[in-house]
Amino acid sequence: MALDDKPELEVRVFKIVGSRPIRPDGIDKVTGRARFGADMSAPGMLVGLVLRSPHAHARIRGIDTAKAEALPGVKAVVTSADFGEVSDDLRDILHNVMAHDKALYDGHAVAAVAASSASVAKRALALIEVDYEVLPHVTDVDEAMKLDAPVLHEGRSDETVPAGMSANIMHRFEYGHGDVEAGFAAADEVLERSFKTAATHQGYIEPHACLASMGPDGQADLWCCTQGHYMVRNTCAGLLGLDASQLKVTASEIGGGFGGKTTVFLEPVALALARKAGRPVKMVMSRDEVFRATGPTSSTSIDIKIGMKRDGTITAGWADLRYQGGAFQSSPVQFGAMACFAAYDLANVQAIGWDVVANRPKAAAYRAPGAPMGTYAVESVVDELCEKLGLDRLEVRLKNASRDGTKAAYGPRFGRIGLTATLEAAKAHPHYTAPLGPNQGRGVACGFWFNFGGDTCVSMSINNDGTVSLSEGNPDIGGSRAAMTMMAAEELGIPYERVRTTIADTSALGQNEVTDGSRVTFAVGLATIKAAREAITIMCGRAAKIWGIDEDAVFWEDGHAKPAGPNAGKFPPMSLAEIAAVASNTGGPIAGHHEVNAEGAGVSFATHLVDAEVDPETGAVKILRYTVFQDAGKAVHPAYVEGQFQGGAVQGIGWALNEEYIYGPDGRLQNPGFLDYRIPVASDLPMIDTVIIEVPNPGHPYGVRGVGETSIVPPLAAVANAVSAAAGVRLTELPMSPPKVLEAIDAAGD
Amino acid sequence: MTQIHVSTKINGDAVEFLCEAQETLLDVLRDRLDLTGAKEGCSTGDCGACSVTVDGRLVCSCLMLGAEAEGREIATIEGMAAGEVLHPLQQKFLEHAALQCGICTPGILVAAEALLEKNPDPTETEVRYWLAGNLCRCTGYDKIVRAVMDAAEQMRGA
Repeated sequence: MALDDKPELEVRVFKIVGSRPIRPDGIDKVTGRARFGADMSAPGMLVGLVLRSPHAHARIRGIDTAKAEALPGVKAVVTSADFGEVSDDLRDILHNVMAHDKALYDGHAVAAVAASSASVAKRALALIEVDYEVLPHVTDVDEAMKLDAPVLHEGRSDETVPAGMSANIMHRFEYGHGDVEAGFAAADEVLERSFKTAATHQGYIEPHACLASMGPDGQADLWCCTQGHYMVRNTCAGLLGLDASQLKVTASEIGGGFGGKTTVFLEPVALALARKAGRPVKMVMSRDEVFRATGPTSSTSIDIKIGMKRDGTITAGWADLRYQGGAFQSSPVQFGAMACFAAYDLANVQAIGWDVVANRPKAAAYRAPGAPMGTYAVESVVDELCEKLGLDRLEVRLKNASRDGTKAAYGPRFGRIGLTATLEAAKAHPHYTAPLGPNQGRGVACGFWFNFGGDTCVSMSINNDGTVSLSEGNPDIGGSRAAMTMMAAEELGIPYERVRTTIADTSALGQNEVTDGSRVTFAVGLATIKAAREAITIMCGRAAKIWGIDEDAVFWEDGHAKPAGPNAGKFPPMSLAEIAAVASNTGGPIAGHHEVNAEGAGVSFATHLVDAEVDPETGAVKILRYTVFQDAGKAVHPAYVEGQFQGGAVQGIGWALNEEYIYGPDGRLQNPGFLDYRIPVASDLPMIDTVIIEVPNPGHPYGVRGVGETSIVPPLAAVANAVSAAAGVRLTELPMSPPKVLEAIDAAGD
Repeated sequence: MTQIHVSTKINGDAVEFLCEAQETLLDVLRDRLDLTGAKEGCSTGDCGACSVTVDGRLVCSCLMLGAEAEGREIATIEGMAAGEVLHPLQQKFLEHAALQCGICTPGILVAAEALLEKNPDPTETEVRYWLAGNLCRCTGYDKIVRAVMDAAEQMRGA
């Protein structure tokens, strides 16, 4: 059956996809039954805790663990000496989870203990003696790029970095085409501005947690909250010298990740402790540890230059982006340089990115990593140019918008994309023309994310009772089990309730890429549909066998095998349940599976509109109204698509207005808690309105595009543009916290 | 270390436990009684994921000692549904897709129930301010606020 050849994108009428069923994991999550990372225990379990460096930069001369080991109840102590040599690609990860010869940031792990109780473990930490030689440190990206800056790692800059620059610069990226100088010469107005953005944390409410056990035979089990348990298995196996087959990792329910749980922190340490103690070890981070030692994305410093003609045509765009990625090379500046001009069809464009290290925690991915900051800077300058030239902000964006076939600033030509559809929808929406009051401003910005595919495996069993069990390997971070269940049911033609989707452990399926890049609904969905088609082919074959006709003369429709051609109408259709019930007599159990490195993830664009009010007395900003317009390709479960739009917008609002890592002159993080690192709360916000645009992705059987990340890309700029309009002065630093807004208003008034 | 004997009532059941003096009520619920529905998001009272009620009053169980539960009546998320029947708030959270990852959900449900006990007809602003002590990083709160308002309406009609 040539199911793949159907021109289904334009004609398919869905029965389940596009509806809003209740998620299969819902009841567990509203009753407290769902088991997250810290909710598991094991017989004989020990408590593991980590000792962390109080210094931003220090040589470790020695670690004396004797007193801690002698404390009754302590069963194991580990330091970097307990890990052997690892391959080059794992060395930074190892040295991040356990400092090697230097502590590189406040909060860097230097030792860990496992003890019979938390109180014993705490006392043991206090007994570990670390001999530090404190070194000069640097936390600011521009400072870290200076030639006289303290150097974190000697000799790690690669060949892309020009000679004579700071050793803290790891890599230089460059994207673009055309001749930007010629473009600027052709402009009527050229504007250059500099921006800074503070580091922010993903801020998932669930701290990192895991439970590890390992026998003397090297067989190990690990339970943890992660966005990718296959990644955890492969990384931990590499760090501990285990065979991947001997380490079984089970993903717990995950309490938020946003990219921050795409690497390992506690997991290899817990395994090392469990190996040494011969008992299961549970480790759970405190919030202080989460802020000091995991996650944040880069703080940045960015210069943007854009030329525009009087009619709004952008003649050239140039960007110089400097992102520090913490203590090891990991800033997302490459994506920032690739994404910052993606919304514009430009003849002349150049974006340069500098990947810099500094004495801060190693950056982890954060929702559309790198894109929000560069986009903030570009969209701020476009906005200011529109203001200077007296042009409508949406019209200018429409005039210059990337369209189908546009050569993207980062190289490839776009396929089918929905940017102009989001802009047209924003233009037609009542929000865009609603009146504003005093001290209020409206901001507009566009955003883009690539979306990924990657390695994916699913397995689908047709059970004898006519129900279906679907196993997939990607932790469900926002309702993906519902989406997979819907796509399986849609393709098979059976009710949603007949399918149950499970996140399988690492022993059950082949490699699955991490839940990242907005890939899951696209890639796992694609594999689910292909697995269903395989099962359908088998079921059609079974019906053919029963009817005694040729396999090719059977087709699948509405959950039934039906005879076709000359046999049409000769046999009553057989339902999935009827075929399943007799499977044993027609050849054995029926299953479908699909393994793929999924390609064809369609990019997603969004346009955001926001109204803000600035209190000129205090500098405080209130968000009054917010509307998201984003291309979802095809919204499988619209409520969870809206949820992604809303959640990303609000994280972006927090980034724009309040959230920041604040370091003291001693290089210590001053606000490692939710009181002082202020994420948005319910009373800060209005309802977040959403408009789902559906421009189908030709790379997916149902047209699905990833939606999870694009939503955080426009809000930094949209809010900055609204606040700048409301305050009557252009703000160029994030967060736009009350003191900064007040300072800008006062400076403009002088 | 000497442990303290505590007699209390949790979700209507008489419960006795031993705990160390410094253990929080949240530690006791999660680590000694296996009631892991209340979550530890911060241990400083900022996130609300550990919300329970003590004698009907909404508290962060990370800010109260286990020993202080002596003689009190504690209600947790595990006691919210009546057997198979979900509380209207639980049902509305499902219908409105008011959770994504679900880690904040138990605390928000407990807090919202406490709100509706006091104020069966809250405005959107009242819901937003009451829930300002419960952090959610996934949803942007939109669907949570709608679910609470809808549940309140249904409960008023019941």
